[in-house]
Amino acid sequence: MTEAANVKRLERLALQLRFDLIEMMGVGKAGHLGGSSSLAEIVACLYFQAMRYDPRNPKDPDRDRFLLSKGHCVLIQYAALVELGVVPRDELKKVKTLQGHLQGHPDCDHTPGIEAVTGSLGMGLSIGLGMALGLRLDRRSSHVYVIMGDGELSEGQIWEAAMAVAAYKVDTLTGIVDLNHVQATGPTREVLDIPDIARKWEAFGWEALSIDGHDIVQILDALDRARRIKGRPAVIIAETVKGKGFSFAENNAAFHNGILTDEQHRQALSELEARRAGLGD
Amino acid sequence: MTTPHPNMREAYGMALLALGKANPDVVVLEADLGKSTRSVLFQEAFPERYFQMGIAEQNMAATAAGLAFTGKIPFIHSFAVFAAGRAFDQLRNAVCIPKLKVRVCGSSCGLSDFGDGKTHQSVEDVALMRSLPNMTVLSPMDGIEAARMMECLIDWPGPVYIRVNRSNLPFLYPTSEPYHIGKITRLRDGSDVALLAAGVMVDRSLKAAALLAEKGVSARVFNLSTIKPLDREALMAAVAGVRAIVVSEEHNMIGGLGSAVLETLRAAPHAPVELIGIADRFGLSASDYEEILNHFGLTARAISEAAMQLIEAGPAD
Repeated sequence: MTEAANVKRLERLALQLRFDLIEMMGVGKAGHLGGSSSLAEIVACLYFQAMRYDPRNPKDPDRDRFLLSKGHCVLIQYAALVELGVVPRDELKKVKTLQGHLQGHPDCDHTPGIEAVTGSLGMGLSIGLGMALGLRLDRRSSHVYVIMGDGELSEGQIWEAAMAVAAYKVDTLTGIVDLNHVQATGPTREVLDIPDIARKWEAFGWEALSIDGHDIVQILDALDRARRIKGRPAVIIAETVKGKGFSFAENNAAFHNGILTDEQHRQALSELEARRAGLGD
Repeated sequence: MTTPHPNMREAYGMALLALGKANPDVVVLEADLGKSTRSVLFQEAFPERYFQMGIAEQNMAATAAGLAFTGKIPFIHSFAVFAAGRAFDQLRNAVCIPKLKVRVCGSSCGLSDFGDGKTHQSVEDVALMRSLPNMTVLSPMDGIEAARMMECLIDWPGPVYIRVNRSNLPFLYPTSEPYHIGKITRLRDGSDVALLAAGVMVDRSLKAAALLAEKGVSARVFNLSTIKPLDREALMAAVAGVRAIVVSEEHNMIGGLGSAVLETLRAAPHAPVELIGIADRFGLSASDYEEILNHFGLTARAISEAAMQLIEAGPAD
């Protein structure tokens, strides 16, 4: 496959993840659409290219690990697990119900393919550190990916973990910050400004790679570079748009955890269809 | 003072070292209190399996979760007040929900860090840990029992919290007696009163039984070192036929062993119960352990007087 064809494959997969998001959202149900859709390209690149992950053997001890520290956006991970066949498709409509297995936040006790329990914010990087240390003791080459939100960086535990990952020279862990600039109650710079994010990580001993988090080529390149950095950890600061792909939800805090009206649901699907037509065959 | 056994925290550290020798999956995490918790013994022998996490208990607890996901059996260490309090949310979400085999050593528990005062004394750790689904809560009475408990922690499923006292407690666990988690150990037989306790209060309950004997009251004494899960059948048998029950703990009376006993006995017919514990207050700095225990009324005399009052009040109509 040519590089251009591969990029198009991943763009189509990201689009399919957004279709799945809208299926899970339905009409009149609250869901974290904004921060899920800002991750669609990153999640597609991880699960469908960068990660060593065999969906027929999702417990393989040598697999790469995917941890969603910003666990409220687990809908996008469910979409990927459905497309991989790890989670049955009929679970999508049962998300967050007693009849289904897809919890409101990642829960490895309930859902195949989920690696931990996250969602109380700030913990994923620590859990990832523990996994990376355990894998290192076992001399496994698995890589650990931890996705954090930009609002989540207010949690002090993130920086405890950032210090520890660097102190233990863990180069088998890549952090990804979904820099979508909007959190639950408004723009991050208004809620609690966190300036100079890349320089903060660098000061904590990390190599920081800043990219456009919706550009497949840039994502793949950064994931590849991050994995090859030795002796210290790397973090990808991914500039994204919250609600990406849905014009009414883009940069709109109301869709941090919002409800789609019937009309918005139709509009979301028609915007995705237009995107599909734009991507061609 | 020389004794035939190491004190509790030393026994803990030695048992941890033994587990490390026996099982390569045992890993140890420490938050810069290894000289007190005695995790240093493991550090010297197995530096590659020892993770100094600095003064960052939250990160330590969640890192332990990650290690457990790769099949390791992490033992994490701090003073009880920080292990249970500072890292509560991490223990709740990252460890207890997925039922991971993380072992939490709450060292210098209760008032045993007598000099450091209320910020460093744990009066609420049992309540916090007991309230977490899937968590087992242990409180050994001496170094012998602590070592026996540790032997169970390779195979015991799910997360465990163990309270470790820093003082030199008397050695009471019968060395020839088998041990299992959940065991309620009878240390003295008697017919009138049941004295139930954990940790340092077991010795005080035995001394209370001696005081009661002087008054012609026969007391049986039980060590309830597994605070959760509390063996209901064994507890019912322990209190069967007595006229009074006194539960003693080095902890707030809210949410600790006394609460656990009352919750367990609730609907069954049983003798009246009194609790000896800390009356919803924080600790204080004191010049020695005995002084602070006496200050909070955690004494043999208080236990025996509580038993006498229940007996003199007689059965409720």
